[in-house]
Amino acid sequence: MTWIWSNLDLLWDRTLDHLVLSVPPLLLSFLFAVPLGWVANRYRISRGVILTASGLLYAIPSLPLFFVIPAVVGTSLRSPLNLIIALTLYGVALMVRVVADGLASVDKDVRQSAVAVGYSGWSIFWQVELPLAAPVLLAGLRVVAVSTVSLATVGAVIGAQSLGSLFTDGFQRGIQAEIIAGIVLTVVLALLLDGALVLLGRILLPWTRLASTSRRALRAARVTEVSE
Amino acid sequence: MIEFRSVSKQFPDGTLAVDDFSLTLPSHQTTVLVGSSGSGKTTLLRMINRMVDPSSGTIEIDGADIAALEPVQLRRSIGYVMQNSGLLPHRTVIDNVATVPLLRGVPRRKARTEALSLLDTVGLDRSLAARYPNQLSGGQQQRVGVARGLAVNPNILLMDEPFGAVDPIVRAELQQELIRLQSELGKTVVFVTHDIEEAFLLGDQVVILRDGGRIAQVGSPSDILAKPADDFVASFVGADRGKRALHVERRGGSDILVDTDGRLAGVLVAPSAADATPDHRAPR
Repeated sequence: MTWIWSNLDLLWDRTLDHLVLSVPPLLLSFLFAVPLGWVANRYRISRGVILTASGLLYAIPSLPLFFVIPAVVGTSLRSPLNLIIALTLYGVALMVRVVADGLASVDKDVRQSAVAVGYSGWSIFWQVELPLAAPVLLAGLRVVAVSTVSLATVGAVIGAQSLGSLFTDGFQRGIQAEIIAGIVLTVVLALLLDGALVLLGRILLPWTRLASTSRRALRAARVTEVSE
Repeated sequence: MIEFRSVSKQFPDGTLAVDDFSLTLPSHQTTVLVGSSGSGKTTLLRMINRMVDPSSGTIEIDGADIAALEPVQLRRSIGYVMQNSGLLPHRTVIDNVATVPLLRGVPRRKARTEALSLLDTVGLDRSLAARYPNQLSGGQQQRVGVARGLAVNPNILLMDEPFGAVDPIVRAELQQELIRLQSELGKTVVFVTHDIEEAFLLGDQVVILRDGGRIAQVGSPSDILAKPADDFVASFVGADRGKRALHVERRGGSDILVDTDGRLAGVLVAPSAADATPDHRAPR
């Protein structure tokens, strides 16, 4: 414990480093996954190709990927950018399927009625399909957030400072408290990001909160309708 | 006026949904397309707002070929009400009603004010405006659907089995409400149903369809009841089963109407009572 109290600054810095490494991949993977998932959902052939490719992408072990990325992108071997790119790829691999499934889950009747009242192609996507797929997308993003935070610790191996550095450093110097602090902070950070996403969902998707209360409201509505 | 001229529709899978269909739907009247599933009635309805384009033939609205019109603009000028209301679950009642005016660029505040008064028109309490569709009963959702259909004050209102999914009591109430609305608004209504009773209740012109959108008979409900064109129509309206041929029997001091099968169909009452308009509820 004394180690922790005397190294609060270090823990705070590593936590911030960790956030800087994990938040951009979360946002980027969402941005890339939406168009890919849309294409995957749109055509049967592209669905097979894109979903298989993203599945394979997730199967690539992270260490070789850290060496392949600099060779392909031209970044230096120890740049944190490599880690961000790798985590984005893993995030995309997870999210593409979620986006495709989320868009496929949109009620056909609702979609059809949107066409019938005069939504144009793009406005259907932005104003109907994407918001209605949002609860599924949010569930996927939560998985990606937690997995990204946990994967980002691997960055320590290639020299990207993160909470993972506390593991490697703790192992090398035999400081158990440092290792445990790294593990606990990683879990806490993952939970915080997850909680932030849940909160965001509550603000942005107010209609989904009704699921639990709607039955009661529906019964009340029926009663008023009959009694009137 | 909507005119179908030799319209056919073959879907890519080969089914011939509509085969050489010609019909004139007069303005400010309700035309009901009635038929069982596979009769192409919904396909015919969807051709009017270009959800489906015919394989051959033309459809004209007030003399203009709709094939030359831009589908999205056309749809925004025609009201559409469907089964299960088709409301957007992520938009409040008021925003659902204001959907099409907003798409057409009406300022939000104006669209909402007009949407509120449309809730009055369809007999919904304004307090429901901020609810989401899944907080309403089926009947209320259907009323919102009708309000949305009326929101751009369209000349034409397309209704695809709008009352098919609600219970009989609410359905009867919605039907009376539609009759009241139509007497006030005088839209050109095209209504699709498989329920012949509903067709006779609502239709000025009733079109009975066989498979493939072939017309078995067109006429007013009384024409069709009095002179079914053939056995198919007679069977469809129930005339062949004696359901429509009633006679009076004197029982317990009342004149009871009995059909050919011996089933009791109703009571004979004085014409003045029978002519009285059905009382519908005052708008809530």
